[in-house]
Amino acid sequence: MNTLFNKIASSSIVGGKQGLLGLAVLAALIFIILPLGVDLFRLNLIGKYLTYAFVAVSLVLLWGNGGILSLGQGIFFGLGGYGMAMFMKLEASDPITTKIQTTPGIPDFMDWNQLTSIPWFWQPFKSLPLTILAILVIPALFAYLIGFAMFKRRVGGVYFAIITQAIALILSILIVGQQGFTGGVNGITDLKTVLGWDTRTDAAKYILYYLNGILLFGSIFLSRYILSSKFGMLLLAMRDKEERVRFSGYDVSDFKIFIFCVAAIISAIGGAMFTLQVGFMSPSFVGIVPSIEMVIFCAVGGRASLIGAVYGTLLVNYGKTFFSETYPELWLFLMGGLFISVVMFFPDGIAGLYNKYARKIKFLNRFTETNKVAATTEPKGAKA
Amino acid sequence: MSNTDFVLAIEDLTVSFDGFKAVDSLNMYIDKNELRVVIGPNGAGKTTVLDLICGRTKSTSGSIKFKNRELTKLAEHEIVRAGVGRKFQTPSIYENLSVYQNLEVSYPQGRGVWGSLLFKRTLAVKAQVMKIAEEIMLTDFLEMEAALLSHGQKQWLEIGMLLMQDPELLMLDEPVAGMSAKERDQTAELLNKISRNRSVLVIEHDMEFVKKIAHKVTVLHQGKILAEGSMDRVQEDEKVIEVYLGH
Repeated sequence: MNTLFNKIASSSIVGGKQGLLGLAVLAALIFIILPLGVDLFRLNLIGKYLTYAFVAVSLVLLWGNGGILSLGQGIFFGLGGYGMAMFMKLEASDPITTKIQTTPGIPDFMDWNQLTSIPWFWQPFKSLPLTILAILVIPALFAYLIGFAMFKRRVGGVYFAIITQAIALILSILIVGQQGFTGGVNGITDLKTVLGWDTRTDAAKYILYYLNGILLFGSIFLSRYILSSKFGMLLLAMRDKEERVRFSGYDVSDFKIFIFCVAAIISAIGGAMFTLQVGFMSPSFVGIVPSIEMVIFCAVGGRASLIGAVYGTLLVNYGKTFFSETYPELWLFLMGGLFISVVMFFPDGIAGLYNKYARKIKFLNRFTETNKVAATTEPKGAKA
Repeated sequence: MSNTDFVLAIEDLTVSFDGFKAVDSLNMYIDKNELRVVIGPNGAGKTTVLDLICGRTKSTSGSIKFKNRELTKLAEHEIVRAGVGRKFQTPSIYENLSVYQNLEVSYPQGRGVWGSLLFKRTLAVKAQVMKIAEEIMLTDFLEMEAALLSHGQKQWLEIGMLLMQDPELLMLDEPVAGMSAKERDQTAELLNKISRNRSVLVIEHDMEFVKKIAHKVTVLHQGKILAEGSMDRVQEDEKVIEVYLGH
């Protein structure tokens, strides 16, 4: 038993005993405490927040470890979300329910916009396997194109951030403008079923919540693996001294493109899970504001910590819900203040505060002390 | 241009920035296992020559052949993989990684995306890290965060990171700048040891240090070679005394 535990703890995806403890606490919170402790309405809300956590996790890879700040992760969240929404919309638009339309059997907003048939790029979304493939492949491809164009020309830092932001804006404007193809500013709404399975029932909500949690943990494990490999160390190295990495025989742009694609896929999974749990998708989750909000979630959690990013997302969104219910006009100021204070006073976020103070508690101290030898061989950024 | 036995053959190399020729039809040849020092006044084009060799700056005309392979068309990482290592003037190390990790990440395997994801930290990697750490006198600091090293130790660490790749040509830009007298002596010893089985090209200002290490000295002035030969010969050259050593 003990050897099995050690084997698990020493594997690279867990990140040592310290990492295992962090994962276990988070798993207990997401899979046991929250489902037991809050009602279904609130749980569904938390499920929605946890879909943003995918993006925050992707930003830990990209920004916290790779030093590449993307202010356009909403692009990929949106692509994933729209992919799922297109599938569910087609399923919800069968000829019987849409018989009052001029052209029955097509999504309602297409009918309102005088479209008489389903556009070619909607066709693949009639099939669930193709939809899932599209949710993973299209964001990766898009990220590859952006990454190739930027990183091969050594565009980085602030310029990269601004360009990703511009692309997010362009995409959201495009979606709003092409109402007949995209549902416009309202987004794609009235989503009901996946292969006949009603996603609005209580049971379905629980199942989707758990599926979301499992996928989130999958993303964290994948990220852990990447960060604990030589790739992860190179990410940190590139963040510190890009030139040195280049003149050590590495094609820096390849590494950046790859991590940008991985981040895009993780964000897209979050987007798809959002659509499934919330039942609609709209351009307000694609543009600049959500993209920046997601950077704030990541920063509050601690931009170098995968688990911290999840807590950061939960905390900020809980605050957002709480304050916008009680003092709606104050929320934006609070959010801004929060971001400024994170940057100025605790740049490593919640994870940084935890590492600084909580480890001083005697019990935890003893726990980490015995594992210091094991921990030193791990790359620094991969812990916590 | 014909093939040669030289490790590095630079011929008619010119680079101009907005009409200003920083390097002007330069010819330079470096032998196998030679330690060459390039000296010259500020703005002579010393660092530019290194930049040109390692691909950081693209030449306007001329050729750079490393073991008869043209370097001027290659990307930076391809030049490194061909066997050319370059140390920057200010210590350029990964401050947030430990000394061990700095060396390990420079190990010349797993250089592609997939290779680095599947890279295994084998005993051979560890042995190589330990060997280099001993050479650069940092065995006792392996677990230390590189940011906490002294300036001299940082310089050595960067040299060590290059040695991890076992380059056939090692280029060092002012390796002893900012070092104490003792550290300079140790560095001289290190460079003499390193150059036993590879060619080394060093840019340096410190004449005492140059005397300790140089096999041959090249004096650059305004992008051109002013003199070349042994340290003693160069020091007696009147032109060199006039523009550089002086008075």
